[in-house]
Amino acid sequence: MQYWIIQTLNSLALGGLLFLLAAGFSLIFGLMRIANLTHGSLYMLGAYVGVTILKFVPNLWLAALIGGAVIAIFGGLIERFILRALAGNALGQVLVTLGISFIVADFCLIVWGGDPIPVQTPLALQQPLRVGGVAFPTYRLVVLAIAVVTAVALYLLMERTRIGAMIRAGVDDMQMARAVGIPVSKLFTAVFCLGAGLAGAGGIIGGPIMSAYPGLDADMLPLALIVVMLGGVGSLLGAFVGSFLIGAIYTFGTALLPDLAYVILFLPMIVVIAFRPRGLFGRQTV
Amino acid sequence: MKWARWALLAVSLAAFPWIAGEYYINLTSQIFIAATFAASLNLLVGYGGLPSLGHASWLGLAAYLSAWMSLKLGLGHALTAPAALLGTTLVACAFGWISLRATGLGFLMITLALSQVLWGTAYRWVSVTDGDNGLRGLTRPAPFGISLDGATSFYYFALAVTVVAITLMAMFVASPFGAALRGTRDQPRRMSALGHDVWTVRWITFVYSAFWGAVSGLLFVYYNKYIHPASLSITSSAEALLGVIAGGSGTLAGPIVGAAIIMLLKNYVSAYIERWNMLMGFVFVLIVIFMPEGVVPGVRRLYLRLRKWRTG
Repeated sequence: MQYWIIQTLNSLALGGLLFLLAAGFSLIFGLMRIANLTHGSLYMLGAYVGVTILKFVPNLWLAALIGGAVIAIFGGLIERFILRALAGNALGQVLVTLGISFIVADFCLIVWGGDPIPVQTPLALQQPLRVGGVAFPTYRLVVLAIAVVTAVALYLLMERTRIGAMIRAGVDDMQMARAVGIPVSKLFTAVFCLGAGLAGAGGIIGGPIMSAYPGLDADMLPLALIVVMLGGVGSLLGAFVGSFLIGAIYTFGTALLPDLAYVILFLPMIVVIAFRPRGLFGRQTV
Repeated sequence: MKWARWALLAVSLAAFPWIAGEYYINLTSQIFIAATFAASLNLLVGYGGLPSLGHASWLGLAAYLSAWMSLKLGLGHALTAPAALLGTTLVACAFGWISLRATGLGFLMITLALSQVLWGTAYRWVSVTDGDNGLRGLTRPAPFGISLDGATSFYYFALAVTVVAITLMAMFVASPFGAALRGTRDQPRRMSALGHDVWTVRWITFVYSAFWGAVSGLLFVYYNKYIHPASLSITSSAEALLGVIAGGSGTLAGPIVGAAIIMLLKNYVSAYIERWNMLMGFVFVLIVIFMPEGVVPGVRRLYLRLRKWRTG
């Protein structure tokens, strides 16, 4: 009983982290038609930057905010100075993001070394929550809560604000959006910063669960890809449902069939692509 | 004049092992393997307009199949080689069917995700693939009783396979089917209106390209006598794609030149600095920004301009 509760919470926490990663990836792809392969690296860079910030600011949440902002600025620079120069050259943009991800990976290796760096769980959350004789790991509940709050905030941003309406217009019909005077170019930078910031903050918040290690980028990027292709490009709901689905499959797969967990992870994506190429909640084909 | 150039190339390739040392002979063999691999990817990327970021699947899968069958089943090379090629091609039939649900970036992401499935299998299914240790203790085949264990004999073997592979790929591109393929790249809707089955043309190209990727995989595993999951990684696919783009996609010589450049960079630079990954990242960024068309078309354009300037 206790074991399964822990596994369920692990899967929900992983789903929450995946959502922080995949929501930005999905919005960037949906709006800008850029497959941002640096996204895993932004997550890892966030985790490492968080480790350094925590040395000066001993508060995980503050570190997540600062680190998220740092990664958002970094993402904005990539978008403004590199991706912008390659507008219209989709393959070129993918290759550049891939190149940057190699650079970031090696940079992290130089600065933070090759050993995994554990991140302390905030003191107040180290004690498990006891309800009716069953212990729940508190930190994982908090991560889940953060993901849900972020999802609601993003939903309100997209559905209830003027900027959100503009982004949705851009996702649905870019040319028409430009024609009616929506500043699509500024939106691009804003969405890219937002996506990068979410990924970076996710890396820090995920720190106590996953720690910071070389290869974290390559572990997370394929998961984000699966989530987005499963849920549908540019769809927030798709990213949300996909994240928790993949989080569950990954966690229970690893527990039950450790050898093949990684392969099972891809099966739902393959089925969805084969029979519904636009993804579960997508409005456009990838 | 044209045949003279080809003859010169043939003589210099054939004579190379007599003048060069073992290190350079081995390096050139590796370039042949990388060139076959990149040329096979070029069929998809350059002529089909389908950017695959999962081409390492075919190199790695063929290598793993052949290694696994000889180690765990104890089969000889005469059986493992065709079986590995057949197995890889069948998997490519299925992967192509799924990947070609999309084109463009969608295709790229699906091929990337599918190649991750194979990487994950090789890396995590330890009881079958030995995981991170890789499969070692392999041998090279001895076609017609000639041992390939020496650097020179392997050089000629790799050269022969590469020449056959590139000739057959060139014939594929030059054939009416190749023309139809380029048509589906440039004007898919018109090709469809003209009665061509665009999807099938792409799928056949996908499988054909995977087949030659598998051939390069066999060369790869024969050369190294060892196979590791890294051969199936994104980095491996990306290196091949970078080779194609750097040399010039959609040209015959481009991927060969590109693969050679990458291989030389990798060998020479990693001898001096450890930071091959970072360097490759910068090469990626610089090539895409400053030489988007690739080295071969770039040099050709320069040459034409120079000739025009001299004659008139």
